[in-house]
Amino acid sequence: MKKSATLLSAAVAIGLMTGGASADVIKVGVIGTMSGPYALFGKNFKMGIDAWVAEHGNKVGSHTVEFIYRDEESPNPAKSKALAQELLVKDKVQYLAGVYFTPDAMAIAPLLDESKTPLVVMNAATSAIVQKSPYIVRTSFTMWQNTVPAAKVAKTNGSKKVAIAVSDYGPGIDAEAAFKKTFEAEGGKVVEAIRMPLNTTDFGPIMQRIKDSGADTIFTFLPAGPPTLGFVKAYIDNGLKAGGVKLMSTGDVVTEPDLPTIGDAGIGILSTYHYAVSHDSPENKAFIAQIVKDGGKLDEITMTSVAAYDGARVIYKMIEATDGKRDPAKAVDAVKGMKWISPRGPVSIDPDTRHIRQNVYLRTVEKVDGKLINKEIKTFEAQPDWALSSK
Amino acid sequence: MQTILSIGLDGISYGMVLFIISIGLSIMMGLMRVVNLAHGAFAMIGGYLASYAMRDLGAGYALAIVVAVIGTIIISIPLEILLYRRIYRKSDALTQLLLTIGITFVIIGLANFIFGPTLKAIPLPNALSGPLDIGFRMIPTHRVFVIVCGVITALALWLLIDKTEFGIRLRASVDNSDMADSLGIRTEWIYAATFALAVGLGAFGGVVGAELLPIEPFYALRYMVTFLVVVSVGGAGSIAGALAASLLLGLADTTGKYLAPEYGEFFFYLAVIVIAFLFPRGLFGRAH
Repeated sequence: MKKSATLLSAAVAIGLMTGGASADVIKVGVIGTMSGPYALFGKNFKMGIDAWVAEHGNKVGSHTVEFIYRDEESPNPAKSKALAQELLVKDKVQYLAGVYFTPDAMAIAPLLDESKTPLVVMNAATSAIVQKSPYIVRTSFTMWQNTVPAAKVAKTNGSKKVAIAVSDYGPGIDAEAAFKKTFEAEGGKVVEAIRMPLNTTDFGPIMQRIKDSGADTIFTFLPAGPPTLGFVKAYIDNGLKAGGVKLMSTGDVVTEPDLPTIGDAGIGILSTYHYAVSHDSPENKAFIAQIVKDGGKLDEITMTSVAAYDGARVIYKMIEATDGKRDPAKAVDAVKGMKWISPRGPVSIDPDTRHIRQNVYLRTVEKVDGKLINKEIKTFEAQPDWALSSK
Repeated sequence: MQTILSIGLDGISYGMVLFIISIGLSIMMGLMRVVNLAHGAFAMIGGYLASYAMRDLGAGYALAIVVAVIGTIIISIPLEILLYRRIYRKSDALTQLLLTIGITFVIIGLANFIFGPTLKAIPLPNALSGPLDIGFRMIPTHRVFVIVCGVITALALWLLIDKTEFGIRLRASVDNSDMADSLGIRTEWIYAATFALAVGLGAFGGVVGAELLPIEPFYALRYMVTFLVVVSVGGAGSIAGALAASLLLGLADTTGKYLAPEYGEFFFYLAVIVIAFLFPRGLFGRAH
């Protein structure tokens, strides 16, 4: 281990020296779930970055930017760390980006200080990630950011007793804590808190437990992917929906590609999230048009494409600020407080936390022109990561 | 009481899904002596074919099941002729494992390439979707259907193997293939037919169980351990064993998930360890 670290820093040092001479190509290593059950989201990283490059070219000043993709596959910290090392040592990347899963981001974080490389997180949503290195900037979302509005909505919609069911890993535990704290502060009661293993596919027993708890509302988080669909179907088929138990979630549970499979039974499910493909703005229309023009499918667009698109913008700004030199402190400083209009709405990088501030929308599943969408019905403006910022 | 009944029902339906898929593997392992690690892959192919037939060709659910079972058997025929035929009964375990895990990887890669990495749903007809009120609780209608399918499969297999001419020939071929051969039984055909039966059962299970074990390319490996566990707990080749093991493990898993979801599959494997300790040959296993 120690040897590989030495090797790494030596190789990086060499990379630094030679980097000056051939400053014309700047490599960005993107680690994402390119295969496996979560491949759709890795594909979206690429779609988002491609859309940015198609619109803004592959040059920043005199520097050509090249994106290199590596497959993170699953929550697999050891593999992700090895991939990051390979990108740094062998491919000599100047920036790292992507990362779908929290445990993977945590594994990469220690390499950043050592190798003086900024990491732009394009998904992994546990609050603590940005605290693991001063060189981490995040353009996705956190569980606290999306969950606090959900708890407020639950309260105003008249929920009194809530059962929380979350996936048993970092973001799930964040979601549970965020909902519980906010909902109880508003005067509500949490009657049940269930942590479900990540590989759960049969949610029948969970639904039974929720029913027995006497809750009038379920709040849930599962990482977007195969299990979310099973959860929603179990909720409907076990008669909880018909029995008047409401379902609140973050948008991960009702991503647009899953909606056709959930079907009409999903109409009316409420979620809070930072991006809906149906978001009505000229920026979003242009963004989606660009993806479709590049051959992406409209039905496959998810939140990770937007995070990647904005992540690419942040990286371009970093390259511009450092003029292509490896200077992570300067690069990160340059994007602190950066403000722009993203396809998801107005956003900014919080200078204190290096996490993105953005609108969080309350959405309901609705059928428009024969197609199920997440329709935005309320906006919570400029939400910070509530775990790290208090306003 | 109501809760116990509810959990029991959930457990039985989950157990039935395990049974329908695992029984094919049990037949392969018990009768053909092949540890077929590609069994999950065949179940997955069944699921993909059903999904394709329904979503892209507009077939009904019943037709989709038929398409899935027959289609999977057709796909498996070249594999049987070229590969499996060589490893029935005689070859050593390592050859079997390497061959069948290789087939599994190829099928995973192809499924990923052709159908993409996302989950493929098998839409249920209205009669089978939604909740069904059975007095003391609402249960997904589909689960009742799965339980019925499991019972029918178990009965039909028992009749086929214990009561028909084919069953007699099969058992004769299994017990002493040289003698069966010399008595004029076409053992090659018997084996091929049994292989097709095992694959077809896998495909059937893949389709009807898709609500609980969703179809995606890694299905082939993801649930393979569970299927193998069911077979070894039940005793390879025993229908009653596979049924008992599936139901027991289904109940253990479901009860565990209800009482202590954060323990994950702890109770499932605890049950496996206890049973394997008490019955080293499986619940209904025979000594070979």
